[in-house]
Amino acid sequence: MAEIIIKNGFVVDPARKINGDVMDIAIKDDKIVEKVGSGAKEIDARGKVVMTGGVDIHAHVAGPKVNVGRLMRPEDKLFKSPNAQAPYRIESGFSIPSTFKTGYDYARMGYAFVMEAAMPPLHSPHVHEEIHDTPIIDQGALPVFANNWFVLEYLKNREIENSAAYTAWLLAATKGYGVKLVNPGGTAAWAWGLNCLTLNDPVPFFDITPAEIISGLMQTNEYLGLPHSIHIHQNSLGTPGNYEITLDSFRLAEGVKANNKFSRDSVMHSTHVQFHSYGGDSWRNFESKAKEVMDYINGQKNITVDLGCVTLDETTTMTADGPFEHHLNQLNHLKWANTDVELETAAGVVPYVYDKDIKVCGIQWAIGLELGLYAKDPMRTFITTDHPNAGPFIRYPRIIKWLMSKKAREETLESMKYTDKVIDATNIHSLDTERTLYEIAQMTRAGPAKALGLSHIFGSLAPGMEANVVVYDLNFNDMPDDPEQIERAFLRSSNFIKSGDIVVKDGDIVSHGNKRTFWVNARVKENPQVIRDIHEKFLKEYTVGLGNYSVWDCLAPNPYVIDIDVEA
Amino acid sequence: MPKWITQVGCPYCGSSCDDLEVLVSDDGKKVLETRNACVIGNEIFHHASNPNRPTRPRMRQEDGTVKEITYDEAIDYTAKALLKAKKPLIYGFGSTNCEGMSAVGRVAEKAGAVLDNCASICHGPSFLAIFDNGYPSCTLGEVKNRADVVLFWGCNPMHAHPRHTSRYSIFPRGFFTTKGNMQRTIICVDPRETDTAKLADIHLMIDQGHDYELFDAFRTVLRGHDIPDVVAGIKKEQILEAAGKMKNGRFVMIFYGMGCCHTDGRNHNVDIAISTTRDLNSHTKASIMAMRGHYNIAGPGQVWSWQFGFPYCVDLSRGTHAHMNPGETSSIDLAMRDEVDCFVNVGTDAGAHFPIEAVRHLKKHPFITVDPNICMASEISDLHIPVRIVGVEEPGVVYRMDNVPIQFKKVVDGPDGVLSDEELFDRVYERMCELTETEPIWILNRGHAHGSSTAEQ
Repeated sequence: MAEIIIKNGFVVDPARKINGDVMDIAIKDDKIVEKVGSGAKEIDARGKVVMTGGVDIHAHVAGPKVNVGRLMRPEDKLFKSPNAQAPYRIESGFSIPSTFKTGYDYARMGYAFVMEAAMPPLHSPHVHEEIHDTPIIDQGALPVFANNWFVLEYLKNREIENSAAYTAWLLAATKGYGVKLVNPGGTAAWAWGLNCLTLNDPVPFFDITPAEIISGLMQTNEYLGLPHSIHIHQNSLGTPGNYEITLDSFRLAEGVKANNKFSRDSVMHSTHVQFHSYGGDSWRNFESKAKEVMDYINGQKNITVDLGCVTLDETTTMTADGPFEHHLNQLNHLKWANTDVELETAAGVVPYVYDKDIKVCGIQWAIGLELGLYAKDPMRTFITTDHPNAGPFIRYPRIIKWLMSKKAREETLESMKYTDKVIDATNIHSLDTERTLYEIAQMTRAGPAKALGLSHIFGSLAPGMEANVVVYDLNFNDMPDDPEQIERAFLRSSNFIKSGDIVVKDGDIVSHGNKRTFWVNARVKENPQVIRDIHEKFLKEYTVGLGNYSVWDCLAPNPYVIDIDVEA
Repeated sequence: MPKWITQVGCPYCGSSCDDLEVLVSDDGKKVLETRNACVIGNEIFHHASNPNRPTRPRMRQEDGTVKEITYDEAIDYTAKALLKAKKPLIYGFGSTNCEGMSAVGRVAEKAGAVLDNCASICHGPSFLAIFDNGYPSCTLGEVKNRADVVLFWGCNPMHAHPRHTSRYSIFPRGFFTTKGNMQRTIICVDPRETDTAKLADIHLMIDQGHDYELFDAFRTVLRGHDIPDVVAGIKKEQILEAAGKMKNGRFVMIFYGMGCCHTDGRNHNVDIAISTTRDLNSHTKASIMAMRGHYNIAGPGQVWSWQFGFPYCVDLSRGTHAHMNPGETSSIDLAMRDEVDCFVNVGTDAGAHFPIEAVRHLKKHPFITVDPNICMASEISDLHIPVRIVGVEEPGVVYRMDNVPIQFKKVVDGPDGVLSDEELFDRVYERMCELTETEPIWILNRGHAHGSSTAEQ
């Protein structure tokens, strides 16, 4: 590593309100600096767009359920894997790529950080083994909490302090980043083959409701002052008419204030809202409620969302929402994998084909984009596909294309078999909004970095920030008429510098860089009750010893640890 | 003072027990005593101190004798043999850690080898069924805490997984199963009266090779249709009784073994077993699990799935793609067709497990064994490279039969100078890079990558 200067590019850096100014970006070692010496390596970005590295707030890229998907779907590799790029590692798979392909493809798209969206704590060594084998990109992982027996018992008794002590312990034990909720209570019910479909369905045995779990974990999160807010996948995902439950859970955040030292304003991150913005009462009268959902978000400043856009591909759904995957399997009758995890969570995996010639899929596609177009604050609305659930992450450039070009949207809409029915059930056809590069940078960089509490290192090109700089072959002042060129440019960057290493050149990998694992170490006052509870549950109910549970340091050999002292 | 080390993982069967206690001598070099281990697990820990254990690579000489050589020479021989071969086969991995499997993945890619593991001759049919039908499963703690109906189909854990029934499946008292075995109905499907069958409430002594029909009968009954008076040698009343128990159970668990996936029907038996589990989920909660044999045989299926997308039979000989086609790229089939021109046997005993015809073909070319112990494969090898014993002398991540990762510690130091699988294969890779004048490709800067050797205890 040394000095690099990226010259004469159109810099788009919303964190500093820079919109297409022609500037040089200077790098020394792994940081962006004001200026460098004359010996710095020059990269010519004339006529191209320069942004900071992308930040993905939600993708399933490492861990047991991702790997079940890889294992059970050889058809996802056949004729779908590109040739290996010598001398680098073989790349396998389309919707659930191998760890090598995951790292390479994110780097080619100019992404620097990716958050693994759901880590079952018992399987955390597996998640970290995969993260270790994913080259280039920095990663963190969110352990799942909302169906964990400890959490359910503490929150039933309204013991926020105990819940916080346990949360801090589990984050350190699993080297986790934040608090993930998946189908609060519903997944715990699934252990008996049941579900919680509304916020007031009691969880079997535990006698607590999803609403109480959500509120309790929100309080726990702010008690600890974690960098990220709670990250929630709400109840009743993927069901017609579920938008009301979505709004009900949003309302739980009303009046809650963010407490942290990471300049995060939000207290709830609602993930893949596309799956939660459905109207109608059956698939027959299924319709978009994107406007209703986004109207609420626009007025509620302490919530962030990511889209979860359907990309109309054959993909692999996977979620800790075990009952949903069983339900989905009853719909499509393809293969079904399930893993219930003792005391903690569950997961399911089902392949799925989002066929543009199926009406429902067309409407789902429209809902994702409508949410992205209705959003008034791109700093709180992030582009995702809930990879690989609504589509693989390599489709982010296609979503950017659809958001930036009405022409591209209309082309896709018209290619559908049931264009008229999709138009009837949605508003996509009447929306003329076209997102700008500035807004795209907010939705993929500055916004998610802020929501994750990482805006001090990611999401901007200001001096002092991490040296993640990507050059896209797009002329800011003369954007292409053909929307396909937008997708192509974002898919394979001209140059990507990750933490000061040049890792991509002309869309090809040129270095493995030096990836890091991000995790949060929250120190709380010693809590004898929680320690006793942990020992007791491991003695009686777990089948793995407490001494073998915490992830070894060597599994995350290049860590970036965020220390929080809760007492201070 | 000798020291007791607790919560030690056991490198024997797929139960991967991690509650062993091991008494280690003062100097940290010898295992004196173990607690909680079954007889076989106990033996593995004591075996490490066997004075006759090989501690240097042994190369076969022209007169048939073996001579000790240095690790450098062994690494050079292995690297050259792999580079020279057109279709090397690297097989085994029942008994090593994931760090070793990962290091082998890098070597295999460089060599253009076929990577295969013991599933190829074991639970391979289960993978074929999973490709078609999925795998509704759970962790073993769910069985312990919830299962009230447990079915053992073509497996005999009382012998093959000695502590399985006491830790997970029949006897333990869990959160919702406070009465332990009193609360569980045990059904055993086996043509023999095994020791597991003797424990069962219902033993269905099935006609050998008629598993598919009995599964079919269960599905038919569960869907409310009539069945013949006798199916697969089992009377209708018995089938109805067992089906009734399953349908009325709160949590039904199906464990199956080689007796299901290696009798007539093979992957089709597993396929319909999975379908039966799916059907049961319309009535109650049900899960299924393969009784994997070794403590980390689930490991290569995991590691290679995330690295290459396939759990076994991974053909990397094209250089640009990973390709899997069991029957074409499976070890036995490759060997029987005499397509392999270099064979590396790692952490298993292909000499004992493969058909003699397959071994004869493999023996025509360089035959290398990497294993801590003397075994049939090591004794017919051109080169035997001893390594440290995982779980005893070498820490690392292993995957239990339910795919839960468990971090196994080491309890004693290995013999002086003996490498781990990971160190050995990393050095083979470096030697291959030297020989081909290429830069090694590591994931992280070197110094970070050696995980297991620095694992804290």
